[in-house]
Formats: sequence, structure tokens, C-alpha cells
Amino acid sequence: MSVLIFIDHSDGHVKKSSFEVLTYGAQLAAQLGTQAEGLVLGTVNDDLTSLGKYGVSTIHQVANEQLNNIDTQVFAQVITDAANASGAQVVVFSHNQTGKAVAARVAAKLKAGIVTGACALPDTSNGFVVRKTVFSGKAFANISINSPIKVISLNPNSFTTITGEGTATVTPLNITVPAAKIKIIATNKVSGEVPLTEADIVVSGGRGLKGPENWGIILDLAKELGAATACSRPVGDAHWRPHHEHVGQTGVQVAPNLYIAVGISGAIQHLAGVNRSKVMVVINKDPEAPFFKAADYGIVGDAFEVLPKLTAAIKQMKTNN
Amino acid sequence: MKILVCVSKTPDTTSKIAFTDGNAKFDEAGVQWIINPYDEWYSLVRAIELKEKDPSVEIHLITVGGADAEPIIRKALALGGDAAFRINADSSDSYYIAAQIAEKAKQESYDIIFTGKETIDYNGSSIGGMLAELTNLPFVSLATKFELTGSTASITREIEGGEEVAEVILPVVVSCQKGVAEQRIPNMRGIMAARTKPLNVKEPNNLDALTTIVSFELPPAKAGVKLVDADNVNELVRLLHEEAKVI
Repeated sequence: MSVLIFIDHSDGHVKKSSFEVLTYGAQLAAQLGTQAEGLVLGTVNDDLTSLGKYGVSTIHQVANEQLNNIDTQVFAQVITDAANASGAQVVVFSHNQTGKAVAARVAAKLKAGIVTGACALPDTSNGFVVRKTVFSGKAFANISINSPIKVISLNPNSFTTITGEGTATVTPLNITVPAAKIKIIATNKVSGEVPLTEADIVVSGGRGLKGPENWGIILDLAKELGAATACSRPVGDAHWRPHHEHVGQTGVQVAPNLYIAVGISGAIQHLAGVNRSKVMVVINKDPEAPFFKAADYGIVGDAFEVLPKLTAAIKQMKTNN
Repeated sequence: MKILVCVSKTPDTTSKIAFTDGNAKFDEAGVQWIINPYDEWYSLVRAIELKEKDPSVEIHLITVGGADAEPIIRKALALGGDAAFRINADSSDSYYIAAQIAEKAKQESYDIIFTGKETIDYNGSSIGGMLAELTNLPFVSLATKFELTGSTASITREIEGGEEVAEVILPVVVSCQKGVAEQRIPNMRGIMAARTKPLNVKEPNNLDALTTIVSFELPPAKAGVKLVDADNVNELVRLLHEEAKVI
């Protein structure tokens, strides 16, 4: 019996979302009175034994380089075999891009009920009920999983990582890796910039900035904060900024610690993409902008005046500390 | 070539989210229903574009839902599907829904099965992957671009920290998001034609749902925005640093 935690990696490194699922999986295992075990597919440069500090005793690794690329059919086969080998009652993923590709397929193969986008540990006092975000973050649903094996994918940045003492034993897992049907012909990783969905801080601009030539003040603030940049839908549609920066209901959904919205009115579709952010700041010259109702902090003012001052003030604070 | 587009009925993006029956049910009062935007704007429109290039392409639409899903299926047919199938069942369990669609998919052997990346109500992102597993097909998730050369699909997909281009020989299941196509409005000719296109209703196979919704909750009300004077950005920095502890 175990809780099996899928450990995702990219460019040879284990990502922050994996530390969150490791913490989550370890706490769930303790709650169920069972063991937490990790699973790594492919090869990584990081020291996997150190992941023991998140509460896992054993990490299984299928160190086959073919698994550095995701073919969901191959992954589902290998993860299912690993789940069966470790007698997993629960398999935990991050609800990141990899989890969205793989978790549901694994669930179907195991004929396991799945809750994706979970945001809390299950309530196991009467059955197995998992809380998840629904309606694009506008509500929560408590879902009962009724099958013997269960799959959960955890919303990134919704569970606090806890570290303790401990070293994990890494054991190679001998599983036949089937041939991939999907061929990866190009990979384009965002380098130098902070990927939007992984960023702790996001600075986002809207139509209030009046044109792409004015984005310097957004980029300056983002740079000072080590933040990713984003934009509203009209900005993406007008090609002021690349499409992949569009956050909102139909664009990218983000959940950073801090979301700073500049010149964005806060239409309900935009809020649906950002309302899982821990803290939201709005800067807008229109005091009636709906974003003020959703935000935690706000400044009513002209972005062109406020932003350079804000960037300078943050720089000053960092110097003082 | 045959393409299956999975469509789902969802509340309009501006709908008020509220619950009834002791928070056990979504409150449908006054709700406008739409085709899930990811299903419509991206998967269906891309299927239509492929048909415009190659008129021999046949597009089937499928939904799992009650009779109240028919208006949105008619709208999808007006945009450009050839025939629609409604499996007469109401379920929130993704495995149940995927398994019902898989039954149909196995009978028809589609070359491409498109789904949206998720529905905007339950945000499951599960149907595509499950459907691929149940039909034993490759699955490419979170597509932002879909190109076809003969029987080879070249699909750009979002991955952790970037994107990649995957090549796969059909048949394939693909979940679509922004980038794959652009939203269209049905024209009058399409709307007229949709009235006579076949909409077949099929009773579901007997299957168990693996999950059930126990209850819904609305997030706690926000404490309200703390306004800081535009001339006092230092105060905002202090609040973010000392109170919110996010910088």
C-alpha cells in the first residue's frame, strides 16, 4: 500500500510544483497510515535522495532517456505499472502541463476516479472527498472518489511546501518502456524569462497602457520583482503582446503569490484566469473599474506616473533590506 | 477523413455562480448556456478549417447531456458540423463521460478526435486523455497549433516551461486551446442548414460513475480592497512586504 507521487521535471531539474505534490502526498500518506513513494520517469541532474526532506521514503526511477519526452500512451503504461508494483491506493500529480497531459489517462487505465485541480487534502473521515476549484476559480466543489484506486492532481501554488529532515532511497524500477508514437521535432523552452505559469509574481498590462510602445514600464517593474509579464485579452488580440501572455478565462490561468494588474478593468473573464492568485494589486485610473472589487490592494492613478515610482520604491526597499 | 469534435454545454462566462439544494447543485436560474469556448472556438473551428481545405472531411459532433443540450448542438451544427450525436445522460464524472464517447468512437474509427483543453464549469481537463486511453490512441494535450500533411499531424503543445512540436501519424486525440483557431460566428446559411442536419440521440451504456459531487462552496468574501494614495507608493510597497509578505 502506498501513496505514489509523480515527480515532474524539466531541463534536468525537479520543479517547484513537484515539491508541493511531494509535501501533499507525504501528508496524505500519513493521514491514511501508509507510505509515500515518489516516481521519476526519465533522467534528472538533481540529487533525488534530497527529496526525502519532503517526507518520501522511497523514490522509484525509470531512468530511461526516452521518458524525458512525454508520450502520454507510454507514460500511462509506465506509471500504471509502477502504481501496481508499489500497490498504490492514491496516485498524485501536479495539475501542471504534464499532469494535464498524463493524469487522466493514468486514471482511465487504472479505472480510478480522478479529481483534477485539487486544492486541499482529502477529507477521509467519511469516504474520500477532495476539494477542487471549479467555474474557473469562482467556486469550490467537494468531490467524492468512489473507486478503490484514486488519482488526484493538485493545483500548482495551492499547497504550502514543508521540509523536514530525511533522505530518500532511490531505487531503479525495471519497467519495459513501450515505443513512443509521438515524435518531438522541436522544443522551445522559455529561457531567460520566468515562465508565466510558474512565476511567483506576475505583472500584467491592459488596454489602459494605450499601445505596445508603452510596455517598458511593465517590463521594468517585472524585472525589478523577478516577475513574469502577462496581458489582458484585448492586448493579446491587438498583438501588442504575444498571445501566450494572455491570461484569463480563455487564455492562461495563473495562480501566483502576487498579481499586479495595470490598466486592466477586470472583466469577469479576466478575473477567471487570475482569481487563484494569493494577493492581487490593481493600478487603474478609473475608480469604478471592477478589478477594485476583486483586488486586495489598489491605487487609483495614472499607470504612467505610478509605475515608475513603484519600481523605484521596490528597488529602494531591496537596497534597504 | 472523419473528425469527431466533443462539445459540452457550459454556463456563459459572465454567469453568476450560485448553488441551490443546500449547495448540492449549480443554480441554473437565469443562466445562458453556451458551447464550452475551448470546444467551440478552437476544436470545432479547426475541424471546419480542415474541411474547408478538403471537402471530403466529415465532421461529427458528440455531447453527453440531456435534451437541454440540443440548442448548443444546433449552434455547433450551424458553425459547420455534418452530424451530431447526443448521448442522453447527465453526469459530472469524467470517466463516465469519456467511456460513453469512447463507445461511439470505437464504432466509427475517427482519424482525429478533438476536445477542448477543459470545460469552463468543472475544469476537469480529463476527457481527452481518458478517451485516448479507452480507444488506445495517442493523445496530445494543450495544443496551440494543429497542422496536417497527409496523414501526419504536426501539433504544437504547451509543456512545462515552454512549448514543443510533436509529430504523430493519425489517428490521434488532441485537446485544444487558444491559438489552434479563431472564434467564428455562425452565418444565416449555416443556421438554416443546421435545422435539417441529423442530431441522433442514443441512450447511454450502463456504467458506474467513479466520482460524485458532494457539495459546492463559494469562496469567502474578499475583505475589500485597501486603497493606497497614488502619491504614496512607498506605503503599497510596505504593505506588500510587511502585511501580505509577497515581496
